[in-house]
Amino acid sequence: MGILEVKNVGKRFGGLQALGDVNLSVAENTVHAIIGPNGAGKSTLLNCLVGKLIPDTGSVMFDGQSVLGRKPYEINQMGISRVFQTPEIFGDLSVLENMMIPCFAKRDGAFTPNAFISMMKDREIVERAEEMLVEMDMADARNDNAATMSRGNKRRLEIGMCLAQEPRLLLLDEPTAGMARADTNNTIDLLKQIKDERDITISIIEHDMHVVFSLAERITVLAQGTPLVEDTPDNIKGHPKVREAYLGESQDAA
Amino acid sequence: MFGLDKKDFRLLLLVTVLVALAPFILNPFPEGSGMAQFNAGYPDLMQRFVIFGIFAIGFNILFGLTGYLSFGHAAFLGVGSYAAIWMMKLLTMNVVPAIIVSVIVAGVFSLAVGWISLRRSGIYFSILTLAFAQMSYSLAYSVLTPITGGETGLQPKVNDPRILDGSLADGATPKANLFGLEMGSSIEWSVGSWLFTFNAGYYVAAIVMLLAFYMSIRIFRSPFGMMLRAVKSNQQRLNYTGLNAKPYTLAAFVISGMYAGLAGGLMVAMDTQVGAERMFWTASGEVVLMSILGGVGTLIGPVLGAGAIKYMENILSKINSDILHTWFAFLPDGLEDFVVTLIYPFIGKGWHLTLGLIFMLVVIFLPGGLVEGGQRIARLFGRKKKSTDTPDGKTTPAE
Amino acid sequence: MEAIILQILNGLDKGSAYALIALGLTLIFGTLGVVNFAHGALFMIGAFCAVTLSRILTLSHTVVDETQKDFLGNPLKVDVPYVMDWFGESTGAAIIDWAVPLSILFAIPVMIAIGVIMERGLIKHFYKRPHADQILVTFGLAIVLQEIIKYYYGANPIPTPAPAAFKGSFDFGAMMGFDPNTIIYPYWRIIYFAFAAVIIGAVFAFLQFTTFGMVVRAGMADRETVQLLGINIDRRFTLMFGIAAAVAGLAGVMYTPINSPNYHMGMDFLVLSFVVVVVGGMGSLPGAVAAGFLLGILESFASMREVLAVLPGLNQIIIYLVAIIILLTRPRGLMGRKGVMED
Repeated sequence: MGILEVKNVGKRFGGLQALGDVNLSVAENTVHAIIGPNGAGKSTLLNCLVGKLIPDTGSVMFDGQSVLGRKPYEINQMGISRVFQTPEIFGDLSVLENMMIPCFAKRDGAFTPNAFISMMKDREIVERAEEMLVEMDMADARNDNAATMSRGNKRRLEIGMCLAQEPRLLLLDEPTAGMARADTNNTIDLLKQIKDERDITISIIEHDMHVVFSLAERITVLAQGTPLVEDTPDNIKGHPKVREAYLGESQDAA
Repeated sequence: MFGLDKKDFRLLLLVTVLVALAPFILNPFPEGSGMAQFNAGYPDLMQRFVIFGIFAIGFNILFGLTGYLSFGHAAFLGVGSYAAIWMMKLLTMNVVPAIIVSVIVAGVFSLAVGWISLRRSGIYFSILTLAFAQMSYSLAYSVLTPITGGETGLQPKVNDPRILDGSLADGATPKANLFGLEMGSSIEWSVGSWLFTFNAGYYVAAIVMLLAFYMSIRIFRSPFGMMLRAVKSNQQRLNYTGLNAKPYTLAAFVISGMYAGLAGGLMVAMDTQVGAERMFWTASGEVVLMSILGGVGTLIGPVLGAGAIKYMENILSKINSDILHTWFAFLPDGLEDFVVTLIYPFIGKGWHLTLGLIFMLVVIFLPGGLVEGGQRIARLFGRKKKSTDTPDGKTTPAE
Repeated sequence: MEAIILQILNGLDKGSAYALIALGLTLIFGTLGVVNFAHGALFMIGAFCAVTLSRILTLSHTVVDETQKDFLGNPLKVDVPYVMDWFGESTGAAIIDWAVPLSILFAIPVMIAIGVIMERGLIKHFYKRPHADQILVTFGLAIVLQEIIKYYYGANPIPTPAPAAFKGSFDFGAMMGFDPNTIIYPYWRIIYFAFAAVIIGAVFAFLQFTTFGMVVRAGMADRETVQLLGINIDRRFTLMFGIAAAVAGLAGVMYTPINSPNYHMGMDFLVLSFVVVVVGGMGSLPGAVAAGFLLGILESFASMREVLAVLPGLNQIIIYLVAIIILLTRPRGLMGRKGVMED
């Protein structure tokens, strides 16, 4: 039994069958990559996991509980955090405030009307946020406006914000898309470090094979809305079907 | 102090001093001098400054923090006013129950409107709030006449029940009071040719305004306020961080509705009358203008904006061409006429034109409003020390 | 039966005005992505184009008429409009009488010019700013425009009559076999409806059948792709703004005999037109037109005595009520596209 169990999930948009019949099991404390050519249904699948889309058929279980029909914030509170393709952070807020919000969400739940205490006086939260900033190596940027940071740092902050919630499953949607090589390598190192230091399951959707093969322990190849194969990275590399469906064109794409 | 950090406490102190000394500050010119018409230190106008200040502070909690642009806030002000006047008719001319009930009624009404309107965002939200406000206005004018007085509006009458008050002496008219202190009563103090008026109603309203201002600082600095700014900044991220945006925005909506109701109740406490035009959509537009003009999302901005607009409405609009001619009398005749013709469209009845132009300029060039303008000037002269000068909202949402 | 037909007819002229303004609003929103709160002001300026032209046409000089005497026995001074001098008395009088329809010719270039100036001078700089900023700046512009008009024309409504030929009413009832005088309808309102139908038809035909319109429609659907094709979409969009302004202006010109123009008529119509656009579906042209007529007719049904007896005050709130219901049940309006204005 994996921590995430996807069974017979299908999703149709009008005439387009985006997901056919997806079965997927992500084992706890592993890094599981989902790859596939453009239009293979990777993002649709991810959106079905986090509550943005509701699949037409099938079931999605997280840690033995169904996520279907729950709102994104409820699914997040269950322990699934998501990193977006373009970093989604609170641009108008300071870096520290960005980090404080997930800390509040973790401690106080989806809504707490705490309107009459000063947020900076909540030492527990401020300390926890500062701790996370140190861990993310961005304590110096504490008071900067988050929107002014480089893309690489925004990504770092976003990952940090997700980690601050101590999720059991971290979903990453092409975390290095549009990044320079140096930033990509930094992100890989960061993710490796997270994987080594924490009890966390990571599921990653990625185009860049370099990223995938540096991190993943299991890989699922998705093509035209259905899983083609699922195996270890070494076996995937040599798999003829995968070469045909994907790797041939990924050299240009990457 | 009071749970505020040093900077906010200093701001609160400054506002308190300004409000307390307003009768002096707003009356800088001696009576009978040519400049006396610029004196704004008379009770009626000073009351309006602080009451609209409250209205704008509340609106800013919604629009400034969450970014939800309501075009229907005057409805809550109007509902608060009606509630207050009924308290005065049925219960007592004491303003305390009137004000409390106005806040509660406006809160309940805004909860209903907000609960529905907040199902949509962006312009749809604006249109929904506008639709609700226009409906309230139309109904207050027509069908609800038994409750609202329709076109004539409502005033306390001599023969209203007023169960808590004793019967009035013969010929006496009901007057709003605070445990016997009449809102209309004033102490006048003349120093040389200066005349200063200290009005009871003004100081009551001012104290309420300071409390409202203090509460808004607390809200701005609280985790709740930060969540509201997060709603404005990136609602998607908020949802995927395990936070439910809806109750936050709804709470902000209700709080700002209650502020509007408070302002409405205070208005009635000052002038004991209500008309439906108080709910017309242009009144909602006015509070938008105030917030933007002063600096939306800043603490003091909306108060400044409210003051600036009410000053223009009452002072600028009184200047006529004769006054202009006396001002420019020193110029040669032809030039005098020319200058007067040039300026005339912008003053007197044309003050709305000036307002519209200033508003456009602010939106285009100075999105942070007067507060940002002040900060820019301060930076230009470099008078302030670095430590006290906060460039717009890096760690805090500016002053 | 008569009552129903009468109410439908009554709803048509208001509905026409809503539809025309909403059409322009949606055109601007669809092409430029701008929420234009100054659109009502354009409607109002159009109406004042008619006022201006009729004033120009009646510019007069005073002549002493020896044949007539005033009560003191002196020769009477008569104001003679210049047009009468130039075109002769009867033609001149006819020109003055037909001032409102003639204003259409006058208003088209004026409104297009105003629209283009507005877009180039102001709106252009707001494409990338949030919708709230666009609403605010155009709201400010609307105030400025209406104050300018108020300064020059005063605050009171200015009666601007229709040509004498259209002053009467038409008895529909008699024509359709009902009793005479049950359904009577002023000629000018028929004209207004026909005019609106022609304008709406022309706008749709323009978008449907010309290459220019095709590019604009493509641009509405996907601006970036069209730009990638090397087409200067901006210039076309500017012109579309001018056209939208002209549509609003013409709606205003022709509305003057129905309601004497005053400086705040634009704002009054704007609020309702926005509701109409939202009901029709933001960015949908047919939606705007359909919703305009629908709401106009609903409004006139709601003002029937029989309806008001059951639900008093319904006529005042029907439009808003419908808007609220539609927005909550069909978030994108009747014919709206997905993802428009939902940020």
